[in-house]
Amino acid sequence: MRADVLSLTPQGLRCEAGGFHIDPWRPVARAVITHGHADHARPGHGAYLCTPEAAPVLRHRLGDVRIETLEYGLATGIGATRVSLHPAGHVPGSAQVRVESQGAVWVVSGDYKLQDDGLTAPFEPVRCDTFVSECTFGLPVFTWPAQQAVMAEIRAWVEAAAAEGRTPVIAAYSLGKAQRLIAGLADLAPIRTHGAIEATTAVMRAQGLPLPPTEPVTDPKAQRGRLVLAPPAALGSGWLRRFGPVATASASGWMRLRGIRRRRGVERGFVISDHADWPGLNAAIAATGAGTVFVTHGYTGVFRRWLEAQGYDAHILATEFADDDAEEEHDG
Amino acid sequence: MRRFAELFAALDGTTRTGEKVAALAAFFRTAPEPDRVWTIALLSGRRPRRAITATRLREWAAERAGIPLWLFEDAYPVVGDLAETISLVLPPPTQDTQRSLSGWMAELARLGTLEEPARKAAVLDAWDRLAGAERFLFNKLITGGFRMGVSQALMTRALAQATGRDEAELAHRLMGDWDPASTGFAALVLTQDPAADRARPYPFFLAHALDDGPDALGPPADWMAEWKWDGIRAQLIRRGADWHLWSRGAELITERFPDLRPAAMALPPGTVLDGELLAWEGDAPLPFAALQRRIGRRSVPRKLLAEAPAALLAYDLLEWAGADLRARPLSERRQLMEDALASGDRIRPSPALRFDDWAGLAARRQAARTVGAEGLMLKRRAGLYRAGRKRGDWWKWKLDPYSVDAVMIYAQSGHGRRANLFTDFTFAVWEGEALVPFTKAYSGLTDAEFREISAWVRKHTLERFGPVRRVVPELVFEVAFEGIQPSSRHKAGLALRFPRMLRWRRDKPAAEADRIETLRALLSRG
Ligand SMILES: [Zn+2]
Ligand SMILES: [Zn+2]
Repeated sequence: MRADVLSLTPQGLRCEAGGFHIDPWRPVARAVITHGHADHARPGHGAYLCTPEAAPVLRHRLGDVRIETLEYGLATGIGATRVSLHPAGHVPGSAQVRVESQGAVWVVSGDYKLQDDGLTAPFEPVRCDTFVSECTFGLPVFTWPAQQAVMAEIRAWVEAAAAEGRTPVIAAYSLGKAQRLIAGLADLAPIRTHGAIEATTAVMRAQGLPLPPTEPVTDPKAQRGRLVLAPPAALGSGWLRRFGPVATASASGWMRLRGIRRRRGVERGFVISDHADWPGLNAAIAATGAGTVFVTHGYTGVFRRWLEAQGYDAHILATEFADDDAEEEHDG
Repeated sequence: MRRFAELFAALDGTTRTGEKVAALAAFFRTAPEPDRVWTIALLSGRRPRRAITATRLREWAAERAGIPLWLFEDAYPVVGDLAETISLVLPPPTQDTQRSLSGWMAELARLGTLEEPARKAAVLDAWDRLAGAERFLFNKLITGGFRMGVSQALMTRALAQATGRDEAELAHRLMGDWDPASTGFAALVLTQDPAADRARPYPFFLAHALDDGPDALGPPADWMAEWKWDGIRAQLIRRGADWHLWSRGAELITERFPDLRPAAMALPPGTVLDGELLAWEGDAPLPFAALQRRIGRRSVPRKLLAEAPAALLAYDLLEWAGADLRARPLSERRQLMEDALASGDRIRPSPALRFDDWAGLAARRQAARTVGAEGLMLKRRAGLYRAGRKRGDWWKWKLDPYSVDAVMIYAQSGHGRRANLFTDFTFAVWEGEALVPFTKAYSGLTDAEFREISAWVRKHTLERFGPVRRVVPELVFEVAFEGIQPSSRHKAGLALRFPRMLRWRRDKPAAEADRIETLRALLSRG
């Protein structure tokens, strides 16, 4: 990376002129945080800046840390820079970070998606010179079906499982994906939840998100046939065995690939992701008007080459979460 | 095709045998009859030939998707399956179709007769009509790679459930040389056809591996033992005025063994033998490679007939004087067989081995390689000839495989269930100061081990060639194999039979891996 608005340091992505880092992975004095997922919001920083909608989850996950908030679209001066946050559409409260310094504008996407999930403020393209984009699903095999169609598939599957006397259990990340399902399947309320999901959901409900009632699982064998949501790790554990006969599924962009679904050992995959798909990534990048793009988080080598062929000045940003073969380390 | 795609989804979505059988049985009850016949054909290994090369399909798919070929190639190893990659990169269909499975199979046959421009147009049109699983299945069929994760035995069980017919009888009927395009469901499954019956083999009885030795089998006197030959298991049918030779894969291979014809025709009509095809010289079999040269071709040149003359070593007599003997005890079948066959002939009984106790037999097993066998077969004298792989009466007691400790030098990602993991490795042994690659292997480790090795590969890649990575030569594995032959096509000058990883030797540094001399020494023995 050139000596520019942002540069890569061992702590993470740093803005020298502003004296802050964005989503740093080692402790720093001042961190601007795009959203509450563990690979972006880490413990140990001196001060945190995020949107007011992201703050409750950060506090829930990190405990008593110093958090300042900044509303979407409002600019604030940090050091010699102007910083503002803009909806990324990834999970409630998630933001892109716009940094302006000496006339140059950089935007860091964080994680983002273009689909409107009905719960999260939808992605807003921000004009910039340089765009730092995730590309978790940066291959042309990843395209998402419409959310409504997926919800209909889930309803039919839940119904079939219940008719066979099985309890349907869907693996879904506890921040974002779970609430998206809870809201999108309001007609199935109260959906039963694993403790990790219930806790995050309660935090988000308390901050005013329109989430239908849920019911934490206390007696697994009771209410056979009612939909249960659990974090992916719980599916491989003894926790699941206490339910008796189950039908298992996973809700993730990775479910687009049959091999990955089979390897995760679930019977059914629902293709629903909080990340941009291939058309989404391309549309989002085009909409920024940026000439220079840094890619991170995903199939960076392939995606960089593709962007270069499209006429962008494209580079890989080797963040600590980037690994072009990894797929399970990161939320999908 | 929609009905067939639903069946595929149902089978793909469960690991429970009962559910698979139920889904198949429902299909056999309700699907259009031609589709039932095609499904039986596909699930019994009667796949159509590849109609179009994979290279063309990749090019057409990338072109239609509006992406460069290199991008398609980079996505493929992530998906792990060509048919699936194609179906995922293509834009959604803009047209509809009501064509059934059998309709598409006819279309596939037609594709093979077209000139390339017309063929391409037809494939693009199909892609524009099929979505999701249907498009994936079409691609699977067109690339000749169709598999459904259901064994023939399971399919037969479902068919039995759906039709109320006896499972063993169905297994028998479904064998042989029938063409799904011209065979009706009723003719195949429900009504008797004497002409087809005359060439039809019986389902093979298959043995289980004896892992813990024979002590638990009871008195040795209840058992007979014979060599387990390393050839091709086959059934010889002598009925009417003709003879037929079937491989275990239900392939008709009569024309490839004209040198067995005189001995076969000398048998009385109404005779069926189960045995092992071998290339045989004097008193001993030739290495499997000699036989292999004969299998690959439809007709065998005179020179090859002389170099690798065939013999059938008969294990069992299934039919005699037109009567099905399978429900009679082995001792009786065996006696009849030994009376019927001459020991010096091209078709001869596989010798029964005399033994008094298990220890004595174990000693003979150790000598198997000296007679060119790969171990022993143990068969209960009172046992019937059953269909499929059944536990209890037949056991194969193979020799421990050969093995060497070798260094992994290349890794490639796997397919299907193991896409995104590195599972295909190239192994090398030392020749002086250099590592010489001598084999590839891709099975034998647990998923957990493959995951750990995959993480290691990502961190220790020296070079990439497409999906293949050259890695730091550091990890040592015990590689097992069943046989070894000289080969001018391989860098090390030898080729292994059935190589696989036995275990990961975490305890061994690369410098202590085996040397090429170890393999060369095995070569002279085996
Ligand atoms: Zn995230
Ligand atoms: Zn992330």
